[in-house]
Amino acid sequence: MHSWPLQARASLVSMLILVVLGLAWHIGVNTGGGTGQANIDPEYAKLIGAAANTGKSAMPGPLDVLAKIGQHLKEPFYDRGPNDKGIGIQLAYSIGRVLLGYGIAVLVAIPLGFLIGMSPLMNRALDPFIQIMKPVSPLAWMPLALYTIKDSAISSIFVIFICSLWPMLVNTAFGVSSVRKEWLNVARTLEVGSVRRAFTVILPAAAPTILTGMRISIGIAWLVIVAAEMLVGGTGIGYFVWNEWNNLSITNVITSIIVIGLVGMILDQMLARVAKLVTYPE
Amino acid sequence: MSSAFQDAFSSKFRLSRRGCNCGQHASQAAHDAALVPTVAQSADGQLRRVIEGAVMRALFPVDAERRNFLRAVGATTASAALGALFPIATATDAFAQGGAIEKKDLKIGFIPITCATPIIMASPMGFYAKQGLNVEVIKTAGWAVIRDKAINKEYDAAHMLAPMPLAISLGIGSNPIPYTMPAVENINGQAITLANKHKERRDPKSWKGFKFAVPFDFSMHNYLLRYYLAEHGLDPDTDVQIRSVPPPEMVANLRADNIDGFLGPDPFNQRAVFDGVGFIHILSKELWDGHPCCAFAASREFVTTMPNTYVALLKAIIEATVFASKAENRKPIATAIAPANYLNQPETVLEQILTGTYADGLGQVKRDPNRVNFDPIPWDSFAIWILTQMKRWGQLKGDIDYKAVADQIYLATDARKLMREMGLTVPEATTKTFSVMGKPFDATRPNEYIASFAIKRT
Repeated sequence: MHSWPLQARASLVSMLILVVLGLAWHIGVNTGGGTGQANIDPEYAKLIGAAANTGKSAMPGPLDVLAKIGQHLKEPFYDRGPNDKGIGIQLAYSIGRVLLGYGIAVLVAIPLGFLIGMSPLMNRALDPFIQIMKPVSPLAWMPLALYTIKDSAISSIFVIFICSLWPMLVNTAFGVSSVRKEWLNVARTLEVGSVRRAFTVILPAAAPTILTGMRISIGIAWLVIVAAEMLVGGTGIGYFVWNEWNNLSITNVITSIIVIGLVGMILDQMLARVAKLVTYPE
Repeated sequence: MSSAFQDAFSSKFRLSRRGCNCGQHASQAAHDAALVPTVAQSADGQLRRVIEGAVMRALFPVDAERRNFLRAVGATTASAALGALFPIATATDAFAQGGAIEKKDLKIGFIPITCATPIIMASPMGFYAKQGLNVEVIKTAGWAVIRDKAINKEYDAAHMLAPMPLAISLGIGSNPIPYTMPAVENINGQAITLANKHKERRDPKSWKGFKFAVPFDFSMHNYLLRYYLAEHGLDPDTDVQIRSVPPPEMVANLRADNIDGFLGPDPFNQRAVFDGVGFIHILSKELWDGHPCCAFAASREFVTTMPNTYVALLKAIIEATVFASKAENRKPIATAIAPANYLNQPETVLEQILTGTYADGLGQVKRDPNRVNFDPIPWDSFAIWILTQMKRWGQLKGDIDYKAVADQIYLATDARKLMREMGLTVPEATTKTFSVMGKPFDATRPNEYIASFAIKRT
């Protein structure tokens, strides 16, 4: 047992936790209630749901959820009209919005962060604005965006943009401003031009911090898109959750929670890989 | 205008008001209704007859003179003579060309509730397609979003609450944008649902401190709930809390014990019963039988810049609404609108609402075929009543010309005209009287009506 590598042991413990949680969930759902009401008018019983009829919990068990996931996986890309599309299509809409809003934020935040990080004057001048804007919940922008942009799809992209902007901006500025003075001095001694200095000295030195900001941002963007789509509706995984909430279908809501978690993890891991490429030993 | 589509070429047409021109029907409307299937087969023929009729009427404005002329020469000769004098074929073409639809692909927003039944079912049941329209009905998350999307022109027309076009046009709660309400969707069909723990507290006087949900500030639900509470001596602003919650979230909130009850739209009243969360305390029908609830709304800009699209769309909506009003069609409608693309609800819940045979959550099966009904005419008096309530609760400040606002926004004349054109029975009266909780409403004296209430914010 002790000869097993740490990774294998950790995986084993993870599996055990999953099995225990699943069992507890299964048992929790299947006990309690279930006695049924005696002497109920059969005509009346036909008109009400199982939850009201038997007193059984409306909470689905893990097996129900697994069956539901299987059902979605079997047919992820169906399209039955504008309000009923497969979970794959909904995810594609959400990921598309996130990548677009996030991409624009990268294009704005990194150059701006460079400027702020390299200029102590701009750093101090812009600081109050950043400090005020950073803690605003991105969803608070939604009514304003809907009113000014007058398009719900672009509004949700704007909300993604605005929420992923700040962590990247702050991290880039911090990374750039804390590049070691010795390295900059060496560059100056060698008479390196400012553009070349930015790309060959500062960028590689600040890259790990910038990537950390980008990782935080993609996480926030993925959190926010679900809420934004629940608010505006139409398409996307957030709309899917809302539509199933509408139908009080807890099974589907749990299914989408799992799916949202998986996609968020994949997005994060992708940036973690990139971050590994740019880290350097001090 | 009222006789525009009666046959101007019939010399047999009786000049007295009683009966129809063939004498076999009780009224001209019944006669027209009987003719519909044959007339509808040839839309062009109908159009030609309408135009010929208009020309004939222009030539002989006095009914008696026209009859004498027709009797002397015969209808066919008259038609031919008229054709020689006046290029009727050209006129028919011009009218038909004017009838071309400006925009075929339309988007209509809806909230997933049974009030929107005609708007929704017109898509799967082909009422839009019949008018040559390609309509996508888009599910929307809440009333504020539907308002913003309609104002932003993401939607060409939308399902709205009957007070919303008034509020939007008057600029209450948003910038003023001229809006219109060409048709009412449903009448009745709402209910007060309470959490199961209040089964013993059925007297509204004992509801002090309750938290209620209504779908929107500018909704019949809000006004009816306030009216109901005030009639029982509770001040809706100080004795209870009324908050606006999107309908789909009402049952979830009731289950979470976040609210004590709601005056909300179906399917959520029935859904609360279906899920064992609440019971139906009273149907809105018992407060005001025949009250309007939801509506089909479009901007004035849409109505004026795309008149033919507007007419085609309104025809589809009216036809769907009239179809939905027939009891025998209710079950197939429930099947058509239950899937995830539309209401996303169990079919049995929708069937209970639409057929009116339902479980009340207290162990009884109740039967009321008029639990919800559908009637397209947007009566002026409805608008005036809503305006009085807006005023009563302080949403609307200052004086307004009730009648003029109602006329501008509730397009009852258009609806009546189209219904007649489509051969549907139109009520003779041009005004509608009603009473709310036993108290009659006089639409000609709105200010006196407001003054008569003890609890108000004016």
